[in-house]
Amino acid sequence: MTNRSTNMAIAFSEEQAMVLDSAKDFCSSKSDITTVRSLLNTEIGFAPQVWSEMAELGWAGIAIPEQYGGSGLSIGAVVPLVESMGRHLLTTPLIASTIASQAITRGGSEQQKENWLPKLAAGAVGTMALLDNEDFGTSTSTCLLEDLGSELQLQGSKLLVADAAVADVFVVSARHNDNQVLVLVDASELSADARISKVLIDETKRACTVNFSGVKVGADNIMPHSDTALRDSKLIGALLLATEATGTCAATLDCVVDYLTSRIQFGRLIGSYQALKHPTVDMLIQMDSARTLIYHAATVIGQGPLDRDGEIACRMAKAQATDALMFAGDRAIQFHGGMGFTYDCDAQLYLRRALWSQHQYGDAQHHRSHLANLLLD
Amino acid sequence: MANEADLKEFRREVADWIKHNKPSDPGFLLPQTFMEVGSEQVLDFLREWQHKVWSSGYLGMAWPEQYGGRGMSPLFQDIADAEMKLARVPICFNVIGLGWAGPLILDKGTDYEREKYLKGILNAEDIWCQGFSEPSHGSDLGSIQTKAVRDGDDYVVNGSKIWTTMGNYAKYMILLARTDSLAERKYNGLSFFLAPMDAQGISTKPIKKLTGEYGFTETFFNDSHIPADCMMGEEGQGWRIAMQTLQYERGAEAGAAGGISILSIVMNDLLRMAEDIERDGQPLLKDPITRDNLVKFLIEEKALYLAEGRMGIPALCADYPNSLALSGKLRSTEYYRRMRQYALTLQGAQSALYVGDKEAVDGGFWQRAYLNNFSTTIGGGTSQVQANIVGEHVLGLPKD
Repeated sequence: MTNRSTNMAIAFSEEQAMVLDSAKDFCSSKSDITTVRSLLNTEIGFAPQVWSEMAELGWAGIAIPEQYGGSGLSIGAVVPLVESMGRHLLTTPLIASTIASQAITRGGSEQQKENWLPKLAAGAVGTMALLDNEDFGTSTSTCLLEDLGSELQLQGSKLLVADAAVADVFVVSARHNDNQVLVLVDASELSADARISKVLIDETKRACTVNFSGVKVGADNIMPHSDTALRDSKLIGALLLATEATGTCAATLDCVVDYLTSRIQFGRLIGSYQALKHPTVDMLIQMDSARTLIYHAATVIGQGPLDRDGEIACRMAKAQATDALMFAGDRAIQFHGGMGFTYDCDAQLYLRRALWSQHQYGDAQHHRSHLANLLLD
Repeated sequence: MANEADLKEFRREVADWIKHNKPSDPGFLLPQTFMEVGSEQVLDFLREWQHKVWSSGYLGMAWPEQYGGRGMSPLFQDIADAEMKLARVPICFNVIGLGWAGPLILDKGTDYEREKYLKGILNAEDIWCQGFSEPSHGSDLGSIQTKAVRDGDDYVVNGSKIWTTMGNYAKYMILLARTDSLAERKYNGLSFFLAPMDAQGISTKPIKKLTGEYGFTETFFNDSHIPADCMMGEEGQGWRIAMQTLQYERGAEAGAAGGISILSIVMNDLLRMAEDIERDGQPLLKDPITRDNLVKFLIEEKALYLAEGRMGIPALCADYPNSLALSGKLRSTEYYRRMRQYALTLQGAQSALYVGDKEAVDGGFWQRAYLNNFSTTIGGGTSQVQANIVGEHVLGLPKD
C-alpha cells in the first residue's frame, strides 16, 4: 500500500531550478499578450533586443560545451526555459538554434564546432533544414549532395525551415551517394531569392522554404557523425517542441479557467457547469501527463548519444504534449462561445500554436509508430 | 537502520521463500482485489495464505514484536511486498485491518486495544470491515445518518451501511456513526467505533455484484448495543479519525502492515495476452491500428507511473500544486477501466465468453477484471465527483 521507493525517473537539478526561476520571470515580463500580438505582423516575429538579452543571459548556449563558449549543461536544462517560453508565447530563434547547436555538438568535426558553436552560444542563429516534403517520417532525402569535381553541390529545397530569414547557419539533411548526411551551409552562400517566407497558421512563428540548389560546399562541411546527429537532433527537436507545447497548454488552461470563472450565463458562472468543468479537468490531466513526460525526458537525456530510454522518452513526450495542446486549444475556442470565434480572443493564438506544433518534428502518430517498434517488437 | 547489503540479502531470501511457497493454481479464480472475496472457498484459501505470509515473517514486519510484528525497518516490508507483487502471489486480503484499522490502533489506540486487535489482523484470524458509506449517501460521508445513542455502558446503533467488504465474514468493523444530530457542522456530530460484528442486532446481506459474484454486504443495525469503550477518541471526533484512517490507506504516512492488497494488471499483462492472438494468420501485434492503440496506453501508463516522481518536485508543480495528488484516483482508475475494456476487444468473438467457460481467454480474467474495475471508478467517490473535486479545488472553478 505504501510506496516508499524513491523514483529517480524524474530528477531536477539546481541548474534546472535556476533556469526555471529566471525564465519564468523573464518570459512573463518580456512577453505579455499585448507584446505577443504586437509582434504578429512583424517580419521576423520576435523582438531582437529580447533575443540579445537571452543570449547575454547565456541561454543560447546552455547545452553547448564550455570549451565552445556555452554552459556545458545537458539539454534537460533548456527544458524549463522552453516551457516558460511556450507558456508566454515568447518566440525567438532559441528553439531552432538550440536544435542546430545540438546537431553540431553531437555530430560536427572539431573545426565545425570551433567555427560555429561559440557564435551560436553568443546569439548567432542556427536552424535545421530537414523537410523535403510534408512527410517528416520519410527515410531518404530527395535533397541531394552531388560531387562536382573537388567540390560538392546541393540540389533541392527544404520546407518550413524555422527562423530561416534570420539564420546565420543551416544544418541541411541531404543524400550523398547512398548516405544521409548533415551539411553545414553558411547563410551567406544562399542566393538572394533562396528564402521564401511562408504564411503560417501560427502567426507567432516564422519559417521559409529554402532553395539550396546550386550551393557549393566543401567536403569539410559534411558532419563526420551525421547519423547520430541527425537521429538525436530530431529527437531533441521533438522534445523541445513538446516542451514548448506543454507550456502553451498550461497557458491555454489558464485562459480557459479565467473565462470560466468570470463569464456568467443563465445566471451562473459558466465554470459551475459540469459540461465545461469536466473537460477542463481533462485538459489539466493531459497537461500534467505532458509535463511529467517532458521532465522525464529531460532527466534521461545526457550529453552522449541518446539511448533507447532517451528515444522512448522524447517520442512519448512529443506524442502526449501536442495531443494535449490540440485538445486544449480546440476546447478553449469552444468554451469561449461567440468570443472564441473572434480574432481578439487569445484562444485563437493557442489553437494556432497547437496546429503548428503538432507536425513539427513529427506528429503524434509518427512517434507512436516508432514507439510501437521500440516497445512491441 | 538497515544497510544495503542486508536489504539485498533479504530480497534474495524473500524471492527464495516465494519460489518454494507460492501456492499452485487452486482451480478457481482468485481475487484481484480484497473486494472480491465472495465465497467460503476463496475466504479459506486467502486466510491460510495470509497466515502463512505472516507466520513466515513477511507481514507486519515494521509493527512492534509484542503485537505480532518484527519491529524492523519498513524498508524490509517494502521489499517483501515488491517481491510478492512481482511474483504475483495471492493478495493479503485482510486489507481494512492491515491498512486502515491496524495502523490507526497502532497510532492512536490504547495498549489494551493494541493487545486485543493487532495480532488477529496480521494472522488473519480477525477479519475487519469498514462501515462508512451508506445507501443514501454514496460518496458523501459528511451526511452519515446511522445513529449511535448513549445508553449506560453502551451505544445503541440504528441504521444501515452499504458496500461493506467481507461484512459477512468480518469480526470487527470500523464504524462511523452520528452521535450528535444537532451539531452545528455535520462533520462534528460523528463518532468512530471499533465495533464487534457479533453484537446483537447486526445483520448482513450479501450484495451480488455485476460480475455475478459476492464480496460486499449491506449491513443493518437494529438497536445494536455496542460497548461504549469501543469508541476511538471522543464523541464528535469521528470525522477526524476517519480522515486519519484514510491517510494510512493513501500511504501518506508509514504504518500500514504491508502485504499486497491488489493484483496489479499492467500493460505487460495485456501485451502478453496480445502476443498469442492471431488475425488472418498474422500476429495481432503486427496490426498497425492495434499497435497505435497499445502505444497510447503505454504512454498513459508511463505518465501515471512517473507522476509520483514529479509530485516530489514542487518547482514542477508550482502552477497547480495539488493537481497530481488530487487527480491521482481519477487518472489511474479511469486509465485501468479503459485499458481493461480495450483488452476485451483484442479477444475478438471470444471476448463474449465469461468466467466458467473453459474456452474463455485466461479463464475470463480480463472480463472479470474489467467489470470489477468499476468498483474503483465508483467507490471512494465516483470519477464524476472526483472531476468536480479537481475542478473546484485545483482549478478553482465554481461549485455546481
